[in-house]
Amino acid sequence: MLPEIGQFSLILACILSLLQTVYPLYGVHTGHQGAIRSAKIFTILQFVAVATSFVILSYSFLINDFTIGYIATNSNSALPWYYRLSAVWGAHEGSLLLWVFLLSTWSIAVALMSKRLPIESVARVLAVLGLLAFGFYLFVILTSNPFDRTLPYFPIDGRDLNPLLQDFGLVIHPPMLYMGYVGFSVAFAFAIAALLEGRLDSAWAKWSRPWTMAAWMFLTVGIALGSWWAYYELGWGGWWFWDPVENASFMPWLAGTALIHSLAVSEKRGVFKSWTVLLALSAFSLSLLGTFLVRSGVLVSVHAFASDPTRGLFILGFLVLVIGGSLLLYAIQASKVKSRGRYQLVSRESVLLINNILLIAALIVVLLGTLLPLVHKEIGLGSISIGEPFFNRMFTIIIVPFALFVGVGSLFRWKRQQLNDLKKPLTMILILSVLSTIVFLFTFAPSLTWLAVMGTFLGFWIIVGVIYEIYLRSTHRHSFSKGVMKLGNSHWAMSFGHFGLAVMIIGITMTQNYSIEKDVKLAVGQHIAFEHYDFHFDQVKPHNGQNYTATVGVFTVKKDQKTIAVMEAEKRIYTVQRMPMTEAAINAGFTRDLYIAMGEMLPDGAWAVRIYYKPFIRWIWLGPLLMAFGGLLMLCDRRYRSKKDNVVDSENKPAPAGGADA
Amino acid sequence: MNPRRKKRLLITSSLIVGLSVAIGLTLFALQQNIDLFYTPDEIINGKNETGIKPEVGQRLRVGGMVLNGSVQRDPESLKVSFDLIDNKAGQVTVYFDGILPDLFREGQGIVAQGVLKSRNAIDAFEVLAKHDEEYMPPEVADALKGMDHLKTQQSN
Repeated sequence: MLPEIGQFSLILACILSLLQTVYPLYGVHTGHQGAIRSAKIFTILQFVAVATSFVILSYSFLINDFTIGYIATNSNSALPWYYRLSAVWGAHEGSLLLWVFLLSTWSIAVALMSKRLPIESVARVLAVLGLLAFGFYLFVILTSNPFDRTLPYFPIDGRDLNPLLQDFGLVIHPPMLYMGYVGFSVAFAFAIAALLEGRLDSAWAKWSRPWTMAAWMFLTVGIALGSWWAYYELGWGGWWFWDPVENASFMPWLAGTALIHSLAVSEKRGVFKSWTVLLALSAFSLSLLGTFLVRSGVLVSVHAFASDPTRGLFILGFLVLVIGGSLLLYAIQASKVKSRGRYQLVSRESVLLINNILLIAALIVVLLGTLLPLVHKEIGLGSISIGEPFFNRMFTIIIVPFALFVGVGSLFRWKRQQLNDLKKPLTMILILSVLSTIVFLFTFAPSLTWLAVMGTFLGFWIIVGVIYEIYLRSTHRHSFSKGVMKLGNSHWAMSFGHFGLAVMIIGITMTQNYSIEKDVKLAVGQHIAFEHYDFHFDQVKPHNGQNYTATVGVFTVKKDQKTIAVMEAEKRIYTVQRMPMTEAAINAGFTRDLYIAMGEMLPDGAWAVRIYYKPFIRWIWLGPLLMAFGGLLMLCDRRYRSKKDNVVDSENKPAPAGGADA
Repeated sequence: MNPRRKKRLLITSSLIVGLSVAIGLTLFALQQNIDLFYTPDEIINGKNETGIKPEVGQRLRVGGMVLNGSVQRDPESLKVSFDLIDNKAGQVTVYFDGILPDLFREGQGIVAQGVLKSRNAIDAFEVLAKHDEEYMPPEVADALKGMDHLKTQQSN
C-alpha cells in the first residue's frame, strides 16, 4: 500500500509542477495577481508531494520491503541501516528521485527566501524551475519508476548494494554533488526569467549571486568528496582519473566558477551581462549533459548504473529541448542587453575576463576529451580512449597564466589601473613567493623537477598575493589590526577561495611529483624500506564483518627505527554478491599519507602489496574545503541577508576605487 | 586610427592569435594521446572498420577474454603474462608488471592498456577488469559475443 502512495504522490508532484509553470506565466502575462501568487503555493505543494514520495522510498528501504523491485536489487537485510538509507540513491531510479527532490528543495528555498524580489520575477523563476521539474518527473515516472513492484513472486532477500558504495563517502557524496548540479538550475531559472522579462540589470546579478554561490559550494564539496572516496576505496591510491563521469561533474564546476566571477563583475560594474547569462545557461546545461552521460549508459565507468536506450533517448531529447530552447531565447533577447559600463584594457574587469576565458578553455579541453571518444565511435571510426596525459598536459599549460592572474587580480582596480602603481606590489609578491618556494622545497622535496618548482611557485604566488592584498587593503586607511577587522565578508570569501586554490595546487604538485609507489611481492615476515620508512609484513588474519568476510594484512611501519603505525589492510569478500573489495590501510598526515593495499594472494602464499608514500595529498581536498568555506562566508554577507533593501543600480553609482571584492 | 579602434584591433588580433595557438596545442596533445581500441583479432588482421593494423611501438587498448591456463607468473616478482582471445581467430599475449585487479580471472573479459611490443605481444601498464558481475565494457562485450560456447568447450 505504502509504495502505491509514494507512486501516487510522485504523479501528483508531476502535475503540480506543470501547474507551477502554467499558472504563474499566465498570471505574469495577463497581470492576474492571483495566478502570480499561485507560484509559491504550487511550489510548496509540489515539495510536500515529492518529499512524501522520497520519505516513503527511504522508509521502505529501512524496513526491507523487497516487494519493491528497486529495493530487491539494491539492498539486503544484512546491510547496516545507514547503508540501507544511502542505498536509496545507490542506483539509477532512486538517484533520480533524489535529483527531483533536491530540485524541489531549491525551488521551495527560492519561494520562501525571496521576499525582497518583485513578485512577478519570483513567479517567472518558479515557473522555469517547475518546467524543469516537470521534465524530470516525466522521466522518472515513464522510464525509471523506483516503486515498481516484484509482486506476486517477490524475493526473500535483496541482491545487496554494490560493495563499492557501502562506504561513508558514498553516503554523502551523491547528495552533495546533486545539490550542486541541481542548484545551478536556480541560476539558470533566474537567467531565463530575466531573458523572458527582457530586463537584465545589476539587480538580477545581485539576486542570482548567492544562489549560484550556494550551488557552486555544494558542487565543490561534492567533487572533493568523490575524489577522496576514489582515493581510499578503489585501492589504487589515485585521486582523479579523468574518468568521463568525473569530467561530467568537473565541467559544470568550471562553468560555475566562471559564472560566480562574472556575476560579481555584472553586479558591481554592470558589464559582461550577456556573457554572464550565457554562463548561467551553460552551467546548468552542462549539469544536464553530465546527467545524460552518466544515466544513459553511453559511458561505462564505476558510475554507470544501467544502460537502457529509452532512458538515454529521453534525456537526450530533454537536453536538446532545454539547451536549444534556452539558447534560442538567448539569441532573441540578448541583443536587448546593454552593458553600459566602460573600462580600460588594464583593469580588474579585464583580468576577470581573462580568467573567465581560461576557465572556459579548460572547460573545452575537458569537453573535447570526454565527448570525442563518443563521437569517434558513433561515426564508425572505432573505439578510442583519450589518455590522462592529454588532460594533464593541457591543464599544466592553462594553470600557469590562470594562477598568475588569480594571485594579483585583486590588486587591480576596477575600471582603470595604472601599471606603474603595480610595480612595487608585484615585485614584493614575486620576491616573497620565490623565497617561500625555496624554503618549502628545501624542507619537503627530496629532489627538484621543473614541474615541482613551477607548481609550488604558482601556489605561493597566490598565497603571498592574497596575504599582501589583505595587508594593503587593511592599511589603506587604518592601522593593520583595525583595518583587518573592517574587511567585509565577501572580501574574506574571495581570499579564502583563492587561498584554497593555492593549497590545492601545492597539494597536486607535491603528490604528482614526489609520490613513491611500490607494487611488491611480500610474504609474511618480509619487509621493504624506502624514504626513512620501513614496512614490515607481520601477519595475515581473518576477520568477519556484518555482511562480508575479510583477510587482513597487518603491517608495522617504522620511521628511523621508531614504530609510527600499525596498519591493517583488508581484502574483503562481500557475501551476497561474492564480490572482492580492497580496503586500503591509510596512515594520514598533514604532510604525507602512507597507503597500503592488498593485491592478490600469489600461488606460493606471498601477497602482492601496494605500498605508497603520498606527500601532501590531504592538501588536494583541504583546498576545495577552503574554497567552499569562502563561498559560505559570502553567503553570510550582510548584503544578502538584510530584509530591507532597495534595488541597487550600480551603473549609476561612482565606481568604488579598487572595490572591496570580486 | 582612433584609440578605441586601435584597442579593439589589439584585442581582436590577440584573441585570434591566442585561440589558434590554443587549438594547435590541443590538437597536438590530443593526437599523441588517443589510444585506439583493438580486439586480439584486430591486432593481427587489422581493424574491422578500416583494415589498419597497429604498428609496433604504438599505444593502444586491447580487450578480450583471458585464455584458460595461460596465466604465467614470475616466481620472484609481480611480472605476469597471459593470453587474450576473442570470438574470432585472434590471440595475443599481454605482459604486465604490477598488481592485477580484484576481478581478474581466467576465462573473463578484461581490458589492457599498453604498448604493442611485437606483432602479437603487448606490454601493458594498466589492466582493468570489470567492476562487478554486470559490468562489462561494451567493446569487450562485442568482441566476446557468442563466446560462452567456446568457454564451456575449453573448460570441459
